[in-house]
Amino acid sequence: MRYSIFSLLRHAVTGNRDWAPAWRDAPPRAGYDVVIVGGGGHGLAAAYYLAKIHGITNVAVVEKGWIGSGNVGRNTTIIRSNYLLPGNIPFYEWSLKLWEGLEQDINYNAMVSQRGTLNLFHTDAQRDTFVRRGNAMRLHGVDAELLDLAALRHLVPFLDFDNARFPIRGGMLQRRGGTVRHDAVAWGYARAASRLGVDIIQNCEVTGIRVERGRAVGVDTSRGYIGAGRIGLACAGNSSRVAAMAGLRLPIESHVLQAFVSEGLKPVIPCVITFGAGHFYVSQSDKGGLVFGGDIDGYNSYAQRGNLPTVEDVCEGGMALMPFLGRVRLLRSWGGIMDMSMDGSPIIDRTPVDGLYLNAGWCYGGFKATPASGWCFAHLLAKDESHPVGTAYRLDRFAAGRVVDEKGQGPHPNRH
Amino acid sequence: MRIPCPHCGPRGHDEFAYYGDANVVRPDPSRPDAERAFCDYVYLRDNPAGVHLELWYHAQGCQTWLVVERDTRTHAVGRVVEARSAPAVEAPGR
Repeated sequence: MRYSIFSLLRHAVTGNRDWAPAWRDAPPRAGYDVVIVGGGGHGLAAAYYLAKIHGITNVAVVEKGWIGSGNVGRNTTIIRSNYLLPGNIPFYEWSLKLWEGLEQDINYNAMVSQRGTLNLFHTDAQRDTFVRRGNAMRLHGVDAELLDLAALRHLVPFLDFDNARFPIRGGMLQRRGGTVRHDAVAWGYARAASRLGVDIIQNCEVTGIRVERGRAVGVDTSRGYIGAGRIGLACAGNSSRVAAMAGLRLPIESHVLQAFVSEGLKPVIPCVITFGAGHFYVSQSDKGGLVFGGDIDGYNSYAQRGNLPTVEDVCEGGMALMPFLGRVRLLRSWGGIMDMSMDGSPIIDRTPVDGLYLNAGWCYGGFKATPASGWCFAHLLAKDESHPVGTAYRLDRFAAGRVVDEKGQGPHPNRH
Repeated sequence: MRIPCPHCGPRGHDEFAYYGDANVVRPDPSRPDAERAFCDYVYLRDNPAGVHLELWYHAQGCQTWLVVERDTRTHAVGRVVEARSAPAVEAPGR
């Protein structure tokens, strides 16, 4: 059923008793044209675009837990396309364009809010790097504005502008950036894919990948064997573990990233704000909670929880930026497992195993990439070639010396 | 998470700098397949969910490189030895 004002009214007058589930919770069949491992945002988006753009509807998404239980429900909900490198800008800008039309496309309210993403700078040198970044973005047709102190004081008057150690000198604003209700992205893509015939199979953990004569032919799961014409891995956080089932080693380490939400406050933070002198980013959810985060903990982890020194570091960054945070009570914190790749950029590519395709290495920038990641992965699975906006994300770029290292940190996953 | 440093005793992990998997070994550059071996050495990791041997540097303590055995699922720290005496880093390369 299509959601509209009329469906809303009809259900209102019938007491909201006969809403149908948003998607079919399908049992696994013996085989599919495409099996996507991982029912997070990226896997569901890939399944949706496979069905919608490429007409491939005999598709299964297998998920070890439930839809939305992984990183798509654990991130800080920020979307933006303020990248620097030519391999990154077109991809993330395509993602932002897809976000802008997403709700109409999938007929689901994902609460896409283009409230702006503001990156603060604190030194003259840092201003120069943001000018460079903003110019690179504008050369690619992406919006970027440099804000001086007067404009900044008008937009975000509560910041500690004259902090003795980290005085704020200005900021770069991408007005089209913002936030999206992350759970609704999973639910919306799941519903849209399911309506086109995609099977979404929950509580179905992949335990093995069958390879016959160099070709992947199916997956063993906790609910039995599922044959597949092509297999797409979209299980960031656990990519190394799943790829190892097909004998692959990846240029990835798994790390834990913590996120935080405060008690609900009246509207105070109008946009996404990032601190330039440490690592701290914050926005305010529509429920009023301040949603914020910082660096990864920095050591290999699959634990989905972090340690206190990182909490302290994140909160120190917040206090240096907006001292009123000291009176706000923290409601919850949690951790998610990131695929930290060796150059800080993702991988959307074939693997050395025929029929096995990889979508991995999203570091902690995967949420904003969800639509374009699904779009490019669907293109790859359907046509066996990289999508034009995703050509930089090849698996062989490490051996070939074509790394996409946005932060220039070298092959140290915990520094990206 | 505390790491029992052999010199300083149990210390918070924020005193240490992390350098990753202790099992990777710099290949012999005169190997015929050195180019490929170096690529694997620099970029590829086992990244296990479970026991992991890893390098930590006690930067704000005794400034010793350590090999720490740690479970990546629970953060439970096991055996800690000095890197210079650790057999694990002497293991043959892949």
